[in-house]
Amino acid sequence: MDFAFLYETFVTLVSAIPTTLQLAATSVALGTVLALGLALCRLSGIAPLDWFARAYIFIFRGTPLLVQIFLIYYGLSQFREVRRSMFWFILRDPYWCAVIALMLCTAAYSAEIIRGGLLSVPHGQVEAGRASGMSRFMVFRRIVMPLAIRQSLPAYSNEIISMVKATSLASIITIMEITGVAAKLISETYRAIEVFIVAGAIYLAINFLLIRIVALIEYRLSPHLRQAPVLPPVAAGETR
Amino acid sequence: MTFLKTLAAGTFAALTLATGALAQEKTEITIATEGAFPPYNLTKPDGTLDGYDVELAHDLCARMMLKCTIVAQAFDGMIPALNAGKFDAIMAGMSATDKRKEVIDFSISYGSTGQAFATLKDSDLSKMPLKDALFSLTTNEAGARKAVEELKPLLKGKVIGVQSASIGARFIDEYLSDTVEKREYKTTEQHDLDLLSGRVDVIMASMGYLIKAVEKPTNSEMEIVGPRFQGGFLGAGSSVGLRKSDTALKAKFDEALTAAIKDGTVKKLSEKWFGFDLTPQ
Repeated sequence: MDFAFLYETFVTLVSAIPTTLQLAATSVALGTVLALGLALCRLSGIAPLDWFARAYIFIFRGTPLLVQIFLIYYGLSQFREVRRSMFWFILRDPYWCAVIALMLCTAAYSAEIIRGGLLSVPHGQVEAGRASGMSRFMVFRRIVMPLAIRQSLPAYSNEIISMVKATSLASIITIMEITGVAAKLISETYRAIEVFIVAGAIYLAINFLLIRIVALIEYRLSPHLRQAPVLPPVAAGETR
Repeated sequence: MTFLKTLAAGTFAALTLATGALAQEKTEITIATEGAFPPYNLTKPDGTLDGYDVELAHDLCARMMLKCTIVAQAFDGMIPALNAGKFDAIMAGMSATDKRKEVIDFSISYGSTGQAFATLKDSDLSKMPLKDALFSLTTNEAGARKAVEELKPLLKGKVIGVQSASIGARFIDEYLSDTVEKREYKTTEQHDLDLLSGRVDVIMASMGYLIKAVEKPTNSEMEIVGPRFQGGFLGAGSSVGLRKSDTALKAKFDEALTAAIKDGTVKKLSEKWFGFDLTPQ
């Protein structure tokens, strides 16, 4: 093992971490908003909204992300109408094309996760809220949403991690994130194994941190699942 | 079908590698090409490979009396894959550069075209000076530098598209890195698409590639502009890439190529595919 080379590779790849994180964070944030909307459409009971969300999820979950990125980046730019439209200043930029593709894809998966979370909220809790005089919106905000978030967090952390890994696909539309820089290094040095090992280790470190952060949030959100702290016995007659 | 072929070829390559130690004289070899770099190599609508590289490869194999399987591979991973034994030779319009020579061996050259620029007809870059002038980095490095200086005011702040890991990318790094913003693409067809859509202002690629690219009906807006560069780190031209350990195979390729150049096969094939003679002088 050539440690000097590994170190050099590491330093070069570290400079690409912000691009990867930014790409993942932007698309997950925007995707979650979209996913919440889709999940609410699915549960709305209004047939057109339900079917729209079903179709959306069917398409974006059923086609490879790589194909979606290609279609959005190279496909849309084929049309003169798109190039002349007001959206071109966004679609012209490879970065935003990648964000849009990742966002649309993660929204389809997250919508199902959120829907599962919303459905898992016990009916009794909702009825209790309504019985206490809360409006439907207030019940949603105070009871359904927090419980649903807690319930869907483990599945959702999977989705975040797979999004971090999916950002590597953005390298095919000229974005120089970790994988893009790694591919460039390989074509300059022809040392595929070393470079990919370092790149893989960086993804592993990022995802390890993410897993720990989500685990911490999960811990904070579920005190009811922990054993109650054992209090020191109180001596007879002692007042507290 | 292509997948099955690749799989079969991969298995075959692995087997040849495993038995390679036993059989000194190979009777069958696998040659890798890209299949997306016309007119050097291309994939026809029916999925079969064709192009200058492919046709020449068949000719050379007949001369060497070897049975050849030609497989399509991504260009940017070809050299590591060659050294890993996935196939035995590369014929993909690959230039024999000094940097590549550090890791693999090359046969003698089978064609040299040089690097050129292309842009859209209505772009302000279409008036690029020094049209069709040819500068060699081997014999006239100072002239090439002067030519680049002349182009710089026009190229200032423009976005240039180039194939990743290509010699064009290195040219931009060495001569134009302070002037243009470089974007690297997996295939040349992708930077063509982005030139047409206006995401990049100009592209740099092999003249041999560009001359065919501008002829495509979809690329009617595209035109070749400015000077051409060759020699130096841009390489002597396209050569067959081979493992350093395969000296016997290299000798065979060199012999077959010398014969193909001598009897005019290289001239005939390059005129067929490029419209001009690429025979290395």
